[in-house]
Amino acid sequence: MTVTPDAEKGRPEAIRAVPVRHPGRWASAAVVLVLAAMFVHFLITNAAFDWAEQWKYLFSDPVLKAVRNTIWLTAAAMVGGVLLGVGLALMRLSPNPLLNGAAWLYLWFFRGTPLYTQLLIWGSIGALIPSVGVGIPFGPEFQTWETQKLVNAALAASLGLILNEAAYMAEIVRAGIVSVDKGQQEASSALGMSRLLTMRRIVLPQAMRVIVPPTGNEAISMLKNTSLVAAIPYLELTFTAQTIYASTYKIIPMLIMACLWYLFLSSIMMIGQFYLERHFGRSDRDAGGRRGRPRLRGLGRGEGGAA
Amino acid sequence: MTVIDDSGPMVRAEQVHKSFGRTEVLKGIDLEVRSGEVMCVIGPSGSGKSTFLRCINHLEKIDAGRLWVNGHLVGYREKGGKLYELRDREVSAQRREIGMVFQRFNLFPHMTALGNVMEAPLRVKKEPKAAAREKALALLERVGLGDKCDNYPGQLSGGQQQRVAIARALAMEPRLMLFDEPTSALDPELVGEVLDVMKSLALDGMTMIVVTHEIGFAREVGDSLVFMDDGVVVEKGVPREVLNDPSHPRTQDFLSKVL
Repeated sequence: MTVTPDAEKGRPEAIRAVPVRHPGRWASAAVVLVLAAMFVHFLITNAAFDWAEQWKYLFSDPVLKAVRNTIWLTAAAMVGGVLLGVGLALMRLSPNPLLNGAAWLYLWFFRGTPLYTQLLIWGSIGALIPSVGVGIPFGPEFQTWETQKLVNAALAASLGLILNEAAYMAEIVRAGIVSVDKGQQEASSALGMSRLLTMRRIVLPQAMRVIVPPTGNEAISMLKNTSLVAAIPYLELTFTAQTIYASTYKIIPMLIMACLWYLFLSSIMMIGQFYLERHFGRSDRDAGGRRGRPRLRGLGRGEGGAA
Repeated sequence: MTVIDDSGPMVRAEQVHKSFGRTEVLKGIDLEVRSGEVMCVIGPSGSGKSTFLRCINHLEKIDAGRLWVNGHLVGYREKGGKLYELRDREVSAQRREIGMVFQRFNLFPHMTALGNVMEAPLRVKKEPKAAAREKALALLERVGLGDKCDNYPGQLSGGQQQRVAIARALAMEPRLMLFDEPTSALDPELVGEVLDVMKSLALDGMTMIVVTHEIGFAREVGDSLVFMDDGVVVEKGVPREVLNDPSHPRTQDFLSKVL
């Protein structure tokens, strides 16, 4: 019953078959090429783009200031959102029903109402809460401030974005923590590691693999969502473009110029996200490293989680 | 086969009860494991043997009875006839004396084999890095994986992962080792390498409690054999005697199925 390879026959000759032809691929490629050519022609010949006007303002002082505002607003919103989000996630995972319930209520409100509407409310925060003070709850106040003076446009904009983002980050962080196998915590406990040490050294690093890709997407979304703080109003990129074309009446050139800036910034963020994901994907390494390292080219196609 | 000293038991269980919801999993376990003893625990699945093991290092809280490890009450302090729950920090300190090996290995996938073994001595015992590294290298050498230090768990076979897990537990220099079906998740051809490591550990005088389905290992290495069924200890004795001539019908029934 033993099977022995038939040595006399030797190795059969390698297969040389006629490959399958793909006429459909050639046809679709031709269609795409023609459309691309038409698009380039449209970009060059359509006077409405007014590229000279865009160039005039691209690096002008108000626009550069607006770019700076957009960047810090994005950064502040994400840092604040992540920190508050981790807190909310831990509350959601807490065995204390009051903490859990409070976090749930927070998420319910901030995820259930539009960001634009929330930002409009922040723009009129003085009407909702005329003054804030330090004191005993329901008792005397030691010091009070007028909200309208305390909360300027920049603070209102960042608070509005942070509180909203925290609600989304909380769910992302919670999903990450829950995704880590319970056996990891048991093994850590059995080794005598404290809960905090286990969280920091064992659970969070593994949760990062689940947390980082959607957080990168959140950051890129946030870059674009900063345009909504025109509702407050605050002088970020989109609102600045609006104020410029309010006097020049060249609407399309200014909006396209804003788009170019957004594209530039989001591209940089996508590259950063790629390297972060590669760093936290370490434990993916399987036997022999067959999967290999992900390549930057995959970016934006969904496989890197960037799309 | 093992030298057993008699300076008091390493583990003592007195009427240990444990329920999950309305199901009572442990219905009064009385057991003693002496220092240096290798006790094997067999029984059908759902008999409570893994739960009992997890109670010993307080991964599960017991509902009634008492459990001592090395003379210390597990998870509680008794004072003036009253029980006080230990703080997390105190429970962690107790667990450092007890090593545990899991069925599914539970290695840390984001650390190398060496990182896995060094982690607890470095972060919990605060050993200097060079010393922890040297000890970890020696332990990996001892379980036959001296050349796999820089591999991540995902790059190792099941048997190799389980041996790293044993080295990781030993790194805390425990006085007692708990094995929770250490070979059940392994391909048959990888079982031997893990049992060999456990056997050498037993020969070195480590006190071990091994929940297992490996009857051969129990017969050859065990000093005592416990048969559990439905939350109680049905039979306990010298492995050869229990296996060859079980006195209880439930033991006879179980052995007739597995042997």
